[in-house]
Amino acid sequence: MDAPDRRKVMELLLFLADRPLKTTDLQAVMDQDFPGEEVLKADLAEMGRELDARGSPLQLLEIADGWQLASRPAYSQWVRRLYKHKTTLRLSPSALETLSIVAYKQPITRGEIEEIRGVDVEGVLETLLDRKMVKIIGRKEALGRPLLYGTTLEFMKQFGLKSLDELPRLEELVPPDETNRPLEAPVAVEPLVPEEAVPVAEAPTSPSESAPPA
Amino acid sequence: MTFKVNIDVYEGPLDLLLFLIKKSDLNIFDVPVSQITGDYLATVELMKELQIDMAGEFLVMAATLMQIKARMLLPAQPAESEEGPDPRAELVNRLVEYQRYKEAARVLEAKLVRQKDVHFKPSSLFSEGDYTMEASLFDLLDAFRDVLKNLRPEMRDIALDEVPIEVKIREILSFLADKPFATFRDILKRAETRRGLIATFLAVLELIRLKQIVARQVKHFGEIRVYRMEALPEEIREEASEATPSAPLPEEPLPVAGTLEETTDGRP
Repeated sequence: MDAPDRRKVMELLLFLADRPLKTTDLQAVMDQDFPGEEVLKADLAEMGRELDARGSPLQLLEIADGWQLASRPAYSQWVRRLYKHKTTLRLSPSALETLSIVAYKQPITRGEIEEIRGVDVEGVLETLLDRKMVKIIGRKEALGRPLLYGTTLEFMKQFGLKSLDELPRLEELVPPDETNRPLEAPVAVEPLVPEEAVPVAEAPTSPSESAPPA
Repeated sequence: MTFKVNIDVYEGPLDLLLFLIKKSDLNIFDVPVSQITGDYLATVELMKELQIDMAGEFLVMAATLMQIKARMLLPAQPAESEEGPDPRAELVNRLVEYQRYKEAARVLEAKLVRQKDVHFKPSSLFSEGDYTMEASLFDLLDAFRDVLKNLRPEMRDIALDEVPIEVKIREILSFLADKPFATFRDILKRAETRRGLIATFLAVLELIRLKQIVARQVKHFGEIRVYRMEALPEEIREEASEATPSAPLPEEPLPVAGTLEETTDGRP
């Protein structure tokens, strides 16, 4: 199989896949045609650039150490019209806090989360389980064998994370010398735009902004 | 009414403390305990007055603050006056750590907002015609017996090890959460003890009854696959939930689950 053929096969597999494909997945499919991880990654990067260059409504995202095709935000309203029931994931501040604790400290027990938050998290954790943002990943070998929680692939997809290492290091989040003003230097959070309100013409995402870093 | 808005912001005592520290523009590492304790108690009083449902943790924190305040009023032992531990240190550490996670939550929120209009292909698990045969109770029992037979002999039950079916239900759902399906055998194999195995089996039956999962197989005596109902494409989901009542699984699981539940409940 030559390079152009290989790219076609990859394009096809990525088009059909409903989860991020890892290089090992592609290797298993391509078998003796597998060109090696380096070449494959170069192909994937090339494919992503091509999609950007021709202004495709699709983009190739790197999610949870794999690759998956996704729509570009500018075309969101059309997807929503097709899947009317599809709702945007919204999480309360306490759910986001709890989720961030799980993301950084997993595997973690409910008790350990409560120690950090200083408040009961049973209900919040229940919501996060229902939304598939966290899952039970085992039991701690400690008194009462409490359940251990961790984040899911769905979490990586919803937050667009390549890997957990992509999150800023916890120690860097609040510089100690500025803690007298802890809450006044927030990370820029765009205000939530009401759904359906984004006109396509007005929000052409520039390729460099949404493309996965090569 | 103005305070009501503020009160909605505090999620717990640590939130309230951070809010008060920020409001008075204080340094988190050098909080005037007396002032902050006063502010804190005043807010807690106000919450009581407004009959806001307050978690018990708020009162625990009030007690902690008063304890720190009292310790700071005591004259320091001459020996530790220089290097003695600050009574506030522990609370400050908790606040600093908590603050980091609040910040992390903001980072996550920003990512979520950026991703909210990005859509992925929904799972399309199998084409119609594949795996259309529902597994019967006897197929499930058969697979169950196999796993039971292969249970390692050194797996002994501790007499009072409770295995609530609800927990197993949670575990099965979270086990299935990330994958299109799991084989029935793999689900059962996760159980480590005979009791756990029975509870797992009952949990599977219960989930089928509740239409949370479907068990299917390609042919009789074939491998049984367990799918999450919501992961199924819509048409098949409808077909499956219609089929379930008439499938060989209608009422039988219930009495079975009922009687066995008692013995797996940890009661003698």
